[in-house]
Parts: sequence; structure tokens; C-alpha cells
Amino acid sequence: MIEFFFFLFAAMAVLSAIFMVTQVNPVASVLYLVVTFFSLSGLFVILDAHFIAAVQVMVYAGAIMVLFLFVIMLLNLGSTELSDIRQGIGRVLAGSVSVALVAVFARLFMAGGDVDGLGGPSALDPLLESSGAVAAVAEPLFTRYLVAFEITSILLVVAIVGSVVLARRREP
Amino acid sequence: MTEISGGPFVVATILKVVVFFTLLILSIALGTYMERRLAAFIQDRSGPNRVGPIGLLQVVADGLKNLLKEETWPSAAYKGFFLLAPALALIPGTILFAVIPFASPAPTRWGYVDMIVADVPIGVLYILAIASLGVYGVVMAGWSSGSKYAFLGGLRGSAQMVSYEVGLSLSLVPVLMLAGDVRVPEIVTLQQHYPGDATTLGVWLVAPLLVGTFLFYLTGLAETNRLPFDLPEAEAELVGGYHTEYSSMKFAVFMMGEYGHLITTAMLVTVFFFGGWDIPFWSGDNIRVAADGSLIGEPAWWKTLLTLIAFVIKGGLVFATFIWVRWTLPRFRYDQLMDLGWKFIIEFVTIYIIVIAVAIYALDRAGLAFGPAYAAALLGVNVVLAVLLFFLFDRGRLIRGAGREAEREARRRLLEARRQVRQQTLSHALGESARLATTADDSSEEGR
Repeated sequence: MIEFFFFLFAAMAVLSAIFMVTQVNPVASVLYLVVTFFSLSGLFVILDAHFIAAVQVMVYAGAIMVLFLFVIMLLNLGSTELSDIRQGIGRVLAGSVSVALVAVFARLFMAGGDVDGLGGPSALDPLLESSGAVAAVAEPLFTRYLVAFEITSILLVVAIVGSVVLARRREP
Repeated sequence: MTEISGGPFVVATILKVVVFFTLLILSIALGTYMERRLAAFIQDRSGPNRVGPIGLLQVVADGLKNLLKEETWPSAAYKGFFLLAPALALIPGTILFAVIPFASPAPTRWGYVDMIVADVPIGVLYILAIASLGVYGVVMAGWSSGSKYAFLGGLRGSAQMVSYEVGLSLSLVPVLMLAGDVRVPEIVTLQQHYPGDATTLGVWLVAPLLVGTFLFYLTGLAETNRLPFDLPEAEAELVGGYHTEYSSMKFAVFMMGEYGHLITTAMLVTVFFFGGWDIPFWSGDNIRVAADGSLIGEPAWWKTLLTLIAFVIKGGLVFATFIWVRWTLPRFRYDQLMDLGWKFIIEFVTIYIIVIAVAIYALDRAGLAFGPAYAAALLGVNVVLAVLLFFLFDRGRLIRGAGREAEREARRRLLEARRQVRQQTLSHALGESARLATTADDSSEEGR
């Protein structure tokens, strides 16, 4: 049963990701990307990472993609073909990077998913049993990695302030 | 008694999905009827009362009418997205109900059955995640119609939903702080009264989180695009808003989506702040699932039924207040809406979370056990905050109409314009007189 759902979500994720790239209409691309996020979220649920699954939908599908849609709608990119990958050398570069990434994942797959630091499929079970779906993420985030977490939030604030400063028209 | 498992579990789950989904669709139909009857009552008229007993079959007649109407396809529409939008509007509102507990667990021969479709470990987060998808229907409908009114409605709707979503999520944080868990049945258990049990509060959360209840209600209203927040379909400005171009059943699906969203919001208010299926002043419904999966309390079918009725009554009352608000309050102006969302609600909720967190910490340090006394102490904090909130909320303080500020601005502009006109006329007059003088000179030259 789990295998069936894994392959279902995996196939959905890969197919919708491919469609996302090949679509001409940017709005369709956005919707396919949303489908990809949903499939990934399903995969996270299978891995017992419920919190990540919920956050995946909430942040990416619910907030960031809505922003994408907004921008596309406002610029009215409805039916124009856009490609920001430059012809020639750019395509070769992009292609080789993707091949390298696929190779890395293939190596992981050949090793049976048993990579250093990852304890296999049921490594999270005792943690989830003892602290629940949210505390398993919150506990390390707000104790061990608190400084990194706070610095990340400062980074985000800097990014927001920077974009406001750049976007704001100078007073004449 | 242990939880149902194996084959019977699958059967029970399928049954629950079918039964609860049917009930939800039925209540959407009844919701539209209730809205029209209550609106009529508020406006001192009869409302639909011809089809069936007291007009109850009006919904069926409306549905039939919608099915038989002509479907129109606007020529400027993006066909696929245009068709997809109603579905995207309906689905999020209706799948939210999966994590809402409707009644106390029911006993069967194979073990007890939780009266909740899916008791996921991330209940509240699931609710927030799915609620954040509601905006897609509005955006897609507005954009794909290829009409400027629909587009403006879609833009307004999505901006509004994105803004108020933050407040909605944050206003649930105090509930989670008290519950200490994000599973929805835990929140219902928290509000039940177990004498001598220091893990439950024993009071509906509306008392210890009075202000939180109000904020959740308010943002929930804004999320469902209802009056006084129905800017996306403000008919005086936008014809019909994002669904202007839709006709027949596609339009009806939008309406179903709206009422589905409204009903789930009413259910959420009930679950989070009004005890869910808990029957007040009765300890017979104290049934909960212990940590090891066994059941505490004595489940019975009649108790399940009674708690279901209690839940429906409470949800119905909350729904009725939504209608009451709709037919009582006028609509906000768009800038007022955005000001309220971004400059007030988010800040206030943040302060509220901090105050409640400090209060909980102080009460825990004081050694007060969870229970009615604990709730009373929190209520005291809330009353102070509520006075502050409603002082700030009063007319002219935060939300002003075309009030003093706008008046001053308008006067400033008027004076400026007058000054410019005066200068222009002055310079024009000067120029004119100079011209006249020269022509006069010219003519005198000629005359010479």
C-alpha cells in the first residue's frame, strides 16, 4: 500500500515537474509546480514527516506560488513564450548541471538510500513517538540551532528592507 | 475498548467520508436557505416560502434552475483555467472538514470509531495549509475570465485573503499554547471538564481566550470574503467580482464553495473556542482517547448522537451570527480593509500572543493547576485587552471614513489648486495685457 502511494506521488511529482518546464503558458507552469509541491508533501507524509508536509503546502503552495500567480497576472504574461535560458553555451551549461544532479541522485539510489547521517526509513519513529509531529522539528530548531534560526530571520528582514528600498521611487 | 483496526477500519473510514461529506453538502444547501430566510427576517419580509414546507425545497428548485440555465463561455477566457477555477474554489472549503471531530467516539463490535474522518498528527497545521489554498479559486477565476471586473475582483480577493491569512493563523497560536498539541481532538478534550484532572481546562476556550475568539472570528469572516469584507464581489463597483463571467452550474459551484467555506469556518470557531461537540454542564460525554490508544469514559451510540446534535446547534448558531453580521454591517472601503489587516490585526495578535504566553508562564510559575481558576485568571487578562481592543476599534480611531485626515488633505489640495489657478490667471492676465499693449502699440503705429 505504502509502495503504491510512493510511486503514485513520485510519478506525479516528476511528471508535473516536467510539464512545468515544458508549458508555454506561465500560469499553467505555476499550477503544475503546485501539483509538484503537493506530491512532495505526500512523499513527506509517507516518510512520517507530517510537519514538513504541512509546511510545504502552507508556504510553497499557499504563499509563494500565489505570489508567482500575482506577478504573472499583473504583468499579463498570459500567452507569451518566455525563456530566460540563453541559447548556445547557456543551454549546454544547464544541461550538464542537470546531468550531474541526476548522477548524484542515481548514486544515492544505488546505495539503497543508506547515506551517512541518515538512519534509514524508520529513523524518525522514536522521536515522533516521544515528542509528536511538531515538537520533533521545533525542539532542535529553538534550542540547538537557535542562533542559526535567528540569523536566518535577520537575513529575511534585510532582504525585505532591501527590496523596499530598491523598489521605492525617490521623492522628486 | 481499543480503536477499530484492520478491515473494519477501512469500512468505517469510507462510511465516515461518505456520510460526513453528504451531510456537509446538505448543510451547504441548508445554509443558503438559512441565509435567505434570516436575511428576510432581518429586512422584515418573508423570504423564500413557496417551494415545499416553509420553503425548504427552494434549494432544490435553485439547483435545478442552475443546471438548466445556458452555459456561457466568454470569448476572451482561457478555457481550461476558466473551467478549473470553480473546482479550485470548492475543494479547499470542503476538504477542511476531514480533521474536524463531529461527535464523541462511537462503540462498535470491532472497537470504538473516532467521529473524525482523519485524526492526523498535524490537525491545526492541515487546516491552515488547506485554508491557504482557497485563494487559487479566486485568482484563477479572476484572471481566466478575461474581463476587467472579474480581474479586479480576483486581485482584490487574493490580496485580502493573503493579508488576513496571517492574522487567522496567528490567532490560533494561543489555543495551541494552551493545548500543547496540534491535534484537533486534543483541543476538544482540553475544553471538557474532568474534575480533578490537571491536564484539561474544563472551560470552553472562549472564556480564557476571549480576544482570540474575536480575532479568529473576524479574520475567518475576512477569509471567506463575506460582508463586511466582501470587497472581491462588491457589486456596486465590480458587477459581481471574480465570478462575473460565470453562469449556470459553474456559478453555483462558486456559491457552494463560499458556503462550504463559511460552514467549515463556523465549525472551526466551534471546535477551537466553543468546546466542539462538548455538552456543557454534563460529564457523561467525557470520552477521550488516552495516549496508549485506549478509551477513557463510557462511549455509547446515544451519546454520539447527542454530542453530534450539540455540535450542529453550536455550529449553526455561529453560522447564524455570520448571516446576522452580513445583513447588519456596511462594507469597508478597500484601504480601510488593508489598514485593518496589516496595520492593526497582525500587530495586535502578535502582542496578544506575547501577553498570553507571559500570563501562562506566570500562572505556571505561581503553581496554579489547569482548571476553571486558571481560565478565570486568563479571562481577567483578556478583559483588559478586550477593553483596549474595542477602544482602539471605535469609530474614527483606526478605521476612519472620509474623516478629519481626509478632509484636511482635501482642503490642502483645494487651496493648492486655487493658488495655482490664481497664479495662472495672474500670469495669463499679465501676458494678455502685455499682448494687448503691443497690439495697441501696433495699431497706433498703423494708424499713424
